[in-house]
Amino acid sequence: MNELIVILVSAFLLFVITLWKRKSPSNLREIPALTRLYRTLGLSIEDGTRLHVSLGNGSLLDARGGSTLAGLALLRHIAERTSVSDKPSVASAGDPTLGLLTQDTMQAGYQAAGVQELYVPTSGRVTGLSPFGYAAGAMSILQNENISANIIIGHFGPEAGLLAEASDRENMVLIGASDELSGQAVLFANTQDALIGEELFAAGAYLGAGASHLASLTLQDILRWFVILALLGGAAAKLIGVI
Amino acid sequence: MRVFTAVIAIAAGALVLGGYFLPVLAPVQTLLLNWATILAGAAVLVGIFNLVSVHSDKIRRHEKGNAYSALLLMALIVTFLFAMILRPDHIIMKVVLSGIIIPVEAALMGLLTISLLYAAVRLLRRRAELMSIVFLITAALLILGSATLPFGNIPVIGTFIRPWITQVLALGGARGILIGVALGALTTGLRVLFGADRPYGGN
Repeated sequence: MNELIVILVSAFLLFVITLWKRKSPSNLREIPALTRLYRTLGLSIEDGTRLHVSLGNGSLLDARGGSTLAGLALLRHIAERTSVSDKPSVASAGDPTLGLLTQDTMQAGYQAAGVQELYVPTSGRVTGLSPFGYAAGAMSILQNENISANIIIGHFGPEAGLLAEASDRENMVLIGASDELSGQAVLFANTQDALIGEELFAAGAYLGAGASHLASLTLQDILRWFVILALLGGAAAKLIGVI
Repeated sequence: MRVFTAVIAIAAGALVLGGYFLPVLAPVQTLLLNWATILAGAAVLVGIFNLVSVHSDKIRRHEKGNAYSALLLMALIVTFLFAMILRPDHIIMKVVLSGIIIPVEAALMGLLTISLLYAAVRLLRRRAELMSIVFLITAALLILGSATLPFGNIPVIGTFIRPWITQVLALGGARGILIGVALGALTTGLRVLFGADRPYGGN
């Protein structure tokens, strides 16, 4: 029942903070990778190159769904921004359910930009059903489709290294974030500015995806402070022999 | 229509979440999750059609790398036909799996080892900062501490430093990162549950 209380309180706070953020948007600390992503979005439209969003092989039916949903939220924003480009973005997924949602999300981005007729269903692709199969299929997109930036966001293990290596070989901008520790370690070694931990979930807020994204960042900070206080309190209680 | 899909998605999400806490909702939760599993199975077929469609287009337009696309489609059709005729548990199908797919993925894993080593070497050139140095030194100490040598573990590094890094520093750091990821996943899930993010279409 404790979990239910946490969820209900979080939901209430998210609702209240969203209303507050609509009136007074906050200043965000600089995250170099997300600044680079923002710049890359504009540059790709100007120089007529394509962005590739790698969403990984996370399923929506298990615990990895959170990072996958964060990736889809970012894709929705990128699709809207780049829909009028000569070379619109492509996205790849390693899970069939995610593949369907990728197409749907991109279509929603085109609709929001008012250019639904430009949407091509094959811009959202399923490239493989196993982690390495997915990476091999996505590498082919990177090598053959005039991609200027590869955005890796979602559930990735060590196979992210293959995508990073392919991006490096084609001199692309690489921005990477994963919810898996091994994927984060690989991306840290391979990218200019790595996104670590919960920074994965901040991308939408930094790209101006709306008040709800800003509110969820604030809520994360509040919850993080509660966790820190609980950890310190627990350690102190243990030290003095209360628990 | 968009409102309708949002209402269905939010209701389904709320019922599945409620099923974890309220026993009265558990049968509905099970039913919805079973539906999701069946739909996920159907999505595999859609995914395969998508794969065929993308690679057929590449072949038709003579795009770069179309030979690989042709190879992929041929392999897909042949494997599909054989599996339909022989059934997936036939010995030939098992050979296809254990003789082709698993070795290919293992080869990619081997390739990854080399590319990671190369990335580690280039890390300082790409990002010359304190954290990169810490990362490289830690990786070197762990590799040295885990190495199987004829004379056993390297003194101090193998017996003290490596266990201390993995069981104290790395474990603490990993838990911190995972707590952060869990909080992010919670707020993202709530956004979807409220309909603020709609990955199922609509604006």
